[in-house]
Amino acid sequence: MSMNGKLSGSNCRLSANFRLKKAKDTMHGPNSFRKWKRNLLFLWLLGFVSTGIIWFLLSFNSVALDSNKKTTDSCEEKARILLQHFNVSKNQFLALASFFYEPDQIAFLKCGKHSGLEKPWSDDVTCALKVLCPEKQDSRMQQVQIVKTTELKDQCPVQVENIHSEHDFSLLDHYTYVSQKSVSSISREHHSGGKNILQGSALGVRPKDNFKNLSFFMGKGCWLLLVGVILSCKIPGVCLKLRWKRKNEPAPLQPATQQLQLLLQQKQQQQLDQSPPKGAGKWRKKLLTVFVLLGILTSIWLFWHLNQKIILRREHTLANMCDERARMLQDQFNVSMNHVHALAILVSTFHHGKHPSAIDQKTFGEYTERTAFERPLTSGVAYALKVLHSEREQFEKQHGWTIKKMETEDQTLVQDCLTENLDPAPIKDEYAPVIFSQETVSHIVSIDMMSGQQDLENILRARATGKGVLTSPFKLLKSNHLGVVLTFAVYNKDLPPDAIPEQRTEATVGYLGASYDVPSLVEKLLHQLASKQTIVVNVYDTTNASAPISMYGTDITDTGLLHVSSLDFGDPLRKHEMHCRFKQKPPLPWMAINASVGVLVITLLVGHIFHAAICRIAKVENDCREMMELKARAEAADVAKSQFLATVSHEIRTPMNGVLGMLKMLMDTDLDAIQRDYAETAHASGKDLISLINEVLDQAKIESGRLELEDVPFDLRNLLDSILSLSSDKSNDKGIESAVYVSDRVPEVVVGDPGRFRQIITNLVGNSIKFTQDKGHIFVSVHLVDEMKGTSDVGDKVLQQGLNLVQDMSSKTYNTLSGFPVVDRWRSWENFKMLNGKDAKDDPEKIRLLVTVEDTGVGIRLDAQDQIFTPFVQADSSTSRHYGGTGIGLSISKHLVELMHGDIGFASEPGVGSTFSFTGAFGKGEVSSLDSKWKQYDPVVSEFQGLGALIIDNRSIRAEVTKYHLRRLGISVDITSSLESACTYVSSIFTTSAFAHLAMILIDKDVWNQETVLQLRSLLEQHRKNCKLNVSTNLPKIFLLGTSMSPVERSKLKTSGFVDNVLMKPLRLSVLIACFQEALGGTKGKVRGKKMSTLGSLLREKRILVVDDNKVNRRVAEGALKKYGAIVTCVERGHDALNKLKPPHTFDACFMDLQMPEMDGFEATRQIRSAESEVNEKLASGEVSIEMYGNVSHWHIPILAMTADVIQATYEKCLKCGMDDYVSKPFEEEQLYLAVARFFESGL
Amino acid sequence: MDLVQLQRQLVDYRTSLYHEGFLDEQFTQLQSLQDENNPDFVVEVVSLFFEDSERLLNELSKALEQQVIDFKRMDAQVHQLKGSSSSIGAHRVQKLCIVFRNYCEAQNVEGCLKCLQQVKHEYGIIKTKLESMFQLEQQILNAGGSIPV
Repeated sequence: MSMNGKLSGSNCRLSANFRLKKAKDTMHGPNSFRKWKRNLLFLWLLGFVSTGIIWFLLSFNSVALDSNKKTTDSCEEKARILLQHFNVSKNQFLALASFFYEPDQIAFLKCGKHSGLEKPWSDDVTCALKVLCPEKQDSRMQQVQIVKTTELKDQCPVQVENIHSEHDFSLLDHYTYVSQKSVSSISREHHSGGKNILQGSALGVRPKDNFKNLSFFMGKGCWLLLVGVILSCKIPGVCLKLRWKRKNEPAPLQPATQQLQLLLQQKQQQQLDQSPPKGAGKWRKKLLTVFVLLGILTSIWLFWHLNQKIILRREHTLANMCDERARMLQDQFNVSMNHVHALAILVSTFHHGKHPSAIDQKTFGEYTERTAFERPLTSGVAYALKVLHSEREQFEKQHGWTIKKMETEDQTLVQDCLTENLDPAPIKDEYAPVIFSQETVSHIVSIDMMSGQQDLENILRARATGKGVLTSPFKLLKSNHLGVVLTFAVYNKDLPPDAIPEQRTEATVGYLGASYDVPSLVEKLLHQLASKQTIVVNVYDTTNASAPISMYGTDITDTGLLHVSSLDFGDPLRKHEMHCRFKQKPPLPWMAINASVGVLVITLLVGHIFHAAICRIAKVENDCREMMELKARAEAADVAKSQFLATVSHEIRTPMNGVLGMLKMLMDTDLDAIQRDYAETAHASGKDLISLINEVLDQAKIESGRLELEDVPFDLRNLLDSILSLSSDKSNDKGIESAVYVSDRVPEVVVGDPGRFRQIITNLVGNSIKFTQDKGHIFVSVHLVDEMKGTSDVGDKVLQQGLNLVQDMSSKTYNTLSGFPVVDRWRSWENFKMLNGKDAKDDPEKIRLLVTVEDTGVGIRLDAQDQIFTPFVQADSSTSRHYGGTGIGLSISKHLVELMHGDIGFASEPGVGSTFSFTGAFGKGEVSSLDSKWKQYDPVVSEFQGLGALIIDNRSIRAEVTKYHLRRLGISVDITSSLESACTYVSSIFTTSAFAHLAMILIDKDVWNQETVLQLRSLLEQHRKNCKLNVSTNLPKIFLLGTSMSPVERSKLKTSGFVDNVLMKPLRLSVLIACFQEALGGTKGKVRGKKMSTLGSLLREKRILVVDDNKVNRRVAEGALKKYGAIVTCVERGHDALNKLKPPHTFDACFMDLQMPEMDGFEATRQIRSAESEVNEKLASGEVSIEMYGNVSHWHIPILAMTADVIQATYEKCLKCGMDDYVSKPFEEEQLYLAVARFFESGL
Repeated sequence: MDLVQLQRQLVDYRTSLYHEGFLDEQFTQLQSLQDENNPDFVVEVVSLFFEDSERLLNELSKALEQQVIDFKRMDAQVHQLKGSSSSIGAHRVQKLCIVFRNYCEAQNVEGCLKCLQQVKHEYGIIKTKLESMFQLEQQILNAGGSIPV
């Protein structure tokens, strides 16, 4: 029961482990790898569980079987032995009883006293003697207790028996008569009790052994299992985590395994840090080898261990069996010997103790015959009398025969020779003629036992010791078996135990001998034992250790094991040994082989699986590395491609420029019409090619990451104007209205890359023009991104209209620039990061612009909208057929926008139109930092400051655009939606000051109505008359805003006097200025004409001082200026310049080198300026008269620096020390003109 | 025939000077400044350049032979040389002068020596080339032809 419990307990543990691992399994990465690992674990576990179970069952069974067998065996044997002993005792009593019919009581008592040793188990008899001998009894009680403890410990019945017999022997000195029946019944009870106790204790010990074995096996099994679990957790864990760790964090772990996992991860981390992946692979392989080696070693060790155990058990069994047999043999022999001893005492009592003798040959023979069952192993007993030589005659007479001598020297008693034939014994000191003998050996009567050498020794020893002595083995008569003769001496009186040999010899009256048949004795004994077949027993007389005499047993076949037990037959001189062997050679230890082979197979299997896994991991790693290499190569190839493209494009561009230049020159020569046409076609194609190459170059530059944006200040509005003016030809041809609008909040000057910005917008506008057919508009608007953020309060009107677009859908025309529907522009930027991202890293230095290009074109098909920004992909393969182009522009634009840290997006509906939007970050620029181009308008623009204008337009957006342009000129604007309302508006302000400012009325062509315009005109005329104003003064001029009008149409309108002028859209600042100037007739209009004057006219007759230390430079500058008619004076040092320029002087300008020895240009200028200011102060304060200084009230000579390095820092430094401008060395005509124009224009 | 050949030769020669980088467009500017009022302008300026350059080169050589080299002074001189060479469009000399100035700033004696040698070499070349060009022009003028532009 308890064993079962343990078994199930271990099973529980196994299953618990299994569950744990399973749970762990499920926690690993969600891929096939996990599956693989789980399989592996499962296999491993299965292997372990199965081996464990097999092993466990095997060992358990064998042990149980063994122990059962042993228990039953030993029990049976013990029972038999007990029974035997009991029987012997019983027989003793029976024998006594049979003897009783003749002898008297005293004789019986005497005999009983002596024969007490024969009744070893009759301690109940002695119990009755308690009162009589308390001391002895006490000691005996102690003995019994000792016996009992010994029993429990050793379950050794023989010892018990020995002790009993010894002590009983001494106790039996005091006995009382007890009835035979009671004795026998009590002793029987006792025996059965003893038997029970013995059996119980024997049983008690066996299970204990079993449990010990069992627990040992289970402990080992569990230990191995644990090692397996740890290994299986670790190895795959380590191997795999190396690879998978980064990819997927393990799912939430169960707490039990969490720590383990964590530990593993840490370990792996360390390993990762320390060793490169290749090292890890090697390490894995090493680990695997170690593991396999360990497995092999384990299996070898297991085999050795199990085999050793089997051998040990075998030895143990053999020893047990051998010892048992030896003990039993010894017991049987001793019993027989005791009996012979008793017989000797009987003879002494009844033959010598009685006169006349109560025993004659007949009585002796009969008695011995009847008690032969008690000596089952003796072939016969005989009694020889001690006869001295002096008594021989008398003795011979008395018996009527002569003492005969043994025939031969050896002890063999020849049966068939008759006593009569034997010679009489030779004369000796004494003789030992046999007088009584058992029937079986009656032939030896009258033979002198002392005549045989062996018997003589025996007799002498027997009478000296008083104990039974044995001869060496010899062949017995009749049976031809080997036998020994046991001899007891018979004394005529009781001798004390410590009697000396002389006393004993003295008291000797005769000798009792008995011959033992050893082989049959052993045979009989072995028959009684069940396991006789398994072992071979040999008995040897080893008195002479060098030449042992075999007493029993067949030939020896060596079966390996041999156990030797010594036998004690009661004769101290003689030594006997029992040799036991197994009959069969030990069978092969299948259990050990199975177990170890199982472990080996499992190890190899697991090793194979892990090896496969490691190989796979290595392969995957290799593949991965290869792919990385390939990837790197592919990327390198891509970069190389881009570089190649860039280089080749550049290389093509250079000769193409030559081709184009030559073509241009060719066209300037005298060509006939056809030649000119060819040349023009070639030139146009070349230009197309160049633009295409430029695009490809851009794309390549972008892809190779070499495109960088400039950071220069530029005027956004002018830029947009110029873009629109460039594309206006095309759009006007198509009849498309184009307009640009920039929100008020956008600063005038921004810092960025104007070229790229222009490129993007040109591209978008170009696309729009390309895809818009003969109707509608293209509208470019620029806002701040910040304006979009708060959609609720959009201040800008244009934006508002974009918002209200959907609401106005119900009305017939749409509130757009041209009245055609457009897509919702808000959709185009809804995904922009700049708009949505709440990134508050708003750099105050940065402004972010949102540019929208809206058209009413064909739109983009929905399915093509995804790939519109992919290079060389157009919305439709038919697109390039219809519209041309490479499809690279949008891709470039996208990249450029990304370089500007912006987004590009669009919204498009087929048939309605598209709106492209992009954002970009720009720096805030200073107006002053802008180049002088812008400045040329400055005086003109100021002319229009404070004027008023009225716009009559039915489309509010268009009106807003116009308003935007006018406001750039500083003109305040009012808007009315129709001519009628304009009339009422005009009449309503007649009296106010607003009318005085109203300088122009702009009428869009859509609301143009000749009658109403005339009405308006007459209204104005009326007013002038009313106010009696000068005819020439200030009637508001009327302008017509038109998109596409032929020059004929325009001139017709102008000459008919309806309008003062016609403005062509798209509106541009320069066009507006020119137009207004013409119409308003300002005198300043001639300024522009003057600007066209050549450098020569500017410089003519000017007196110019050139300061340069370098002779060559000085000469060159002089030459250059002289060429334009200037009168040049040269000095080579700063001091000279100071002297020359001390007021009053006649120089008009000074060109000064910056780097000069002694006094450089900066210092010279500073001193000149200080001298001038001194004079000026004096003049101002009236200290000196103006006449002294050449009638000049304010002295300021323009000083221009001459420098080779035109960098901003130098320029600033120049301005700081009082210079007016700079010219770069060597002189270039244009630059020189620009520089000097500032100073000399006004003077003329 | 002779004159046409000479003229062609002059044009080729001039083109080669531009092409090989001895001269740049500044020389063209210089030539454009020459007109009837100032017929020998180019020759005059170039002679000035030769004069000035030889003086500067001598001074530089002397300065570099000194125990204690006055790099500041040398820098100024090289600057002068650079200025004049760029004025007449002696492109190679001008480029070398930029390198020379860097060495002067770094006070690298070996570099300066090396550069001086190179500048002298280049100066010699440009001088020879210009002189031969002027000779050609003179021949053309003597032969009664005009100098092609």
